[in-house]
Order: sequence, then structure tokens, then C-alpha cells
Amino acid sequence: MIVADTANLHTFVDAFRFIGDHPTFILTKTLEQIELSGAALGLALLAALPLGVVLGHFRRGSGIAIGASIMGRGLPSLVLIAAFLTILGIGFVNNMVALAVLGSGPILTNAYDAVTGVDRDTVEAARGMGMTRTQILGRVELPLAIPLLFTGIRVAAVTIVATAPIAAIAGGGGLGDIIVNQASYRLEGVLGASFCVMALSAVVFLGLAGLQFAVTPRGLRRTSVGTVPTRKEQL
Amino acid sequence: MGGGGPVIPNFGQGDSCVTGDHTFCWGWVKEHWGDTLGPALWQHVELTVIAVVIGFAIAFPLALLAHRYRRLEQPFGALSALVYTIPSLALFQLLVPFTGLTLTTVEIALVGYTLVMLFPNIVAGLRSASDDVIEAARGMGLTRTQILVRVELPLAVPAIIGGLRIAVVSTVAIATIAGINVTSLGLGYPIYSALREPTPFKTEIYSAGLLAVALAIGADLLLVAIRRTAVPWTRAAR
Repeated sequence: MIVADTANLHTFVDAFRFIGDHPTFILTKTLEQIELSGAALGLALLAALPLGVVLGHFRRGSGIAIGASIMGRGLPSLVLIAAFLTILGIGFVNNMVALAVLGSGPILTNAYDAVTGVDRDTVEAARGMGMTRTQILGRVELPLAIPLLFTGIRVAAVTIVATAPIAAIAGGGGLGDIIVNQASYRLEGVLGASFCVMALSAVVFLGLAGLQFAVTPRGLRRTSVGTVPTRKEQL
Repeated sequence: MGGGGPVIPNFGQGDSCVTGDHTFCWGWVKEHWGDTLGPALWQHVELTVIAVVIGFAIAFPLALLAHRYRRLEQPFGALSALVYTIPSLALFQLLVPFTGLTLTTVEIALVGYTLVMLFPNIVAGLRSASDDVIEAARGMGLTRTQILVRVELPLAVPAIIGGLRIAVVSTVAIATIAGINVTSLGLGYPIYSALREPTPFKTEIYSAGLLAVALAIGADLLLVAIRRTAVPWTRAAR
């Protein structure tokens, strides 16, 4: 079996010392990871958000929405990253695409659910007031869809940031470079980087929860922002 | 690292498909099913089953507690949401100082993630009985425990199975990450070893990756079938 320099709580102290001793290195790696995650999230948003909203507006393609949600959970990130590496080669692009595929699942599914979930009577009423399709989408469906839609974006963002360290095995850089390279950075480096990765995910999670609260129309704010969304019975 | 590693493809020998690293070499898959892919698949099933069974054994009583004492739901929910944000690659490593590079390390992390999927779904399921139904049960003279066992639990079965589906599919995915420097068990290890070749060996990546995806889909279909037999009344509603 594999042998690590297993130790005790001192290792954790050393881990924080590692962070303290190499602040610029850690910062560079963190920024690399944020860059990769941001690019992936942007790509996922670009691809999945309009598709989900439009499908939801026309109430078509529930199969695609369900498929996307299964894809989001069922496709192992390691498999995705490894598979894209064989196609796109080592580096930034392959990781960006792999992470974007992972992130587009929850975005698409939630956007679709959010728009189809808007009360039909409300939409009818808007139509009765003489609104055009575009106006209905822009002024009624989208504002009402924001909480759930944003939940999808938040889940995608957290998934991408949490998965990004794995990109290191395919040349994606970031804090994962330290985590998967115990030979160079020893256990304290690995743990230090792991702490940073955790902190980064937590910051993204909390920041987006706050942002979600801020962008939610006031009348809809009762929805619980802090909990993990569970999409019952859909998978 | 790495252990007494099985199966790094030998580029020196073998047929032209393997030496040339063509897209997919059936010959290699057949040849290494017995020593690599088969055992890895079986280990992956074991990793997943152990994690989900233990996770359910923990999540179920917690959910019952949160169902009876509603004020507990918020803290449990917040805690599980926090666990959900911990990157698996980091969590595995953070456990190493305590439990070493062992199966225990892998399972502790996997169980933690299953809790996040199972707990909210079980609670939601227990809540799904409508007030009228509970009222009727109370009117018939059922005690609180009887209502739980005879009314709320049966009605919660679809949501519980829904939670199990998410947990199983996610665990299959997360367990592959354990193959990165933590354990040589499961389908993640052959993928990671193939990636670390000077030229990533495509056949090994694709075959182990496809097995992982197939395992997730197969397990999901199995749970759907179980739900159909366990709760026939939901059959009409898809």
C-alpha cells in the first residue's frame, strides 16, 4: 500500500506555516485557479443559460433539461477532464471545456425549471394585458425565475471551483498543482493548498448566496438561500 | 506514491494499436479486463455501496430527529451545505494525517458527501405527507409514532429513493477522485495512471471512464426499478 508521512496535528500547523512562508506562490496559484474557474463558468453560462431559458419559455425539451441534470451529477469530473485531455491536449482549454460541461448541467436544468415553474395564470394575465412574447419573457418570467435560476448558477460555480483543483492533473494549474504533487511540496504543502481550496470554495459559496439574496426581487425573498437545492424526483 | 501498480501499458511491446496509442484498442481491454478493469470496477462498486449504506444509516436517524424537532433542521442543513462545498480532492488529503492512505480515509469523505445528498431528501420526503392526511390519521386515533411509521414513512419512500439515486450517482463520480494519490482502489486509479504516462494512454482512459459512467447509469436504473416495485402508486406519475 501507499505510505505517506502520516503524522498528527503538527502537520496541520506546518500546513499553515507553509501558507505563511509562501504567500506569493499560494496567491499566484489561487489566481490561476480563479482564472480557470471564471473562464469555465463564463463558457457554461454562455452555452447553457440562454438555452435553458428559451426551452423553458416554450416549455419544450424537458428531456434535455433532465438529461443535463443527470450529466451534471453522473459524469465523473476525472473522466471528463481525462477525456477532454485526449481530444484537446494538455492545458487551459481542455480543462476549461471539461469544467464548463460540468457546470452547464445545473445551469441548464435550473433555468429550465425556473422558467417553466412560473405560474401559468401570471403568464396568461401578462398576455391578457397585451404583452408580447419578449415582454412576457423579460418582464414576467425572468424576474420570477431569478431565485431558482440563480441557484443553478451558484451550484455550477461551486461545482466548478471545487472541481478545478483536479484540473492540475491535466495541466490546468492552480492550487491543485500543489495538492497532487506531494513529492515536491510534502504533506504540509498539500494540506496548506487543500485549506486554501476549501476556503476559496466557501468564499464563492457564501458570496454567491449573498449575491443571490441581493438580486432576488423583494417579494420572493423568503426562499431559503443557504441550503443545498434538491430537485425532487427528477433525476 | 502509487503502490505496487498494476498496469501501466507497456509501449515497448504489444500490438500496433497499443504502441501507436490509437483511439481505442479492444485488444488491450480484453487483455487487461482480468487484471485491471474488472477488479477496478468491482472495487468501485464496493466503495460506492459501503459509502451509501453507512451514509444512509447516519442520515436516516438524523432526518427523523430533524423531522420531529424542527429547529434542528436548519443547523443540520447548513452544515451539510458547507460539507458540499469542500472540494473532494482537498477533503481526501485533509483526512490523510488522521487515517492515512487507507480505505477508511476514502470512505469517511464519501460518507460525508452522501449525507449532503440523503439528509435533505429524507427530510423533504417525511414532510411530503399533506396536513389533511396527517389530520385524518390523527382522527383515526393513531399515535405520533404510528403516524410516522404507517403514514409519513411510506409516503416518503419516493423522495428517499430519489435521494439515494443522487447519492449513488454522485458517489460513483467522487470515488474516482480517490484514485488521485489516495488509493489504488476503484476506476479512478487506472485513469490517473494513464494520464501520468508521457503520452496519456487513451484506451485505458476511455475504457475505465466508460465503465464509471456505465456504473452510475446502471445503479440509477436499478434504483428506478426498485422504486417501481416498492411504490407502485407513483407509477402513473412517471
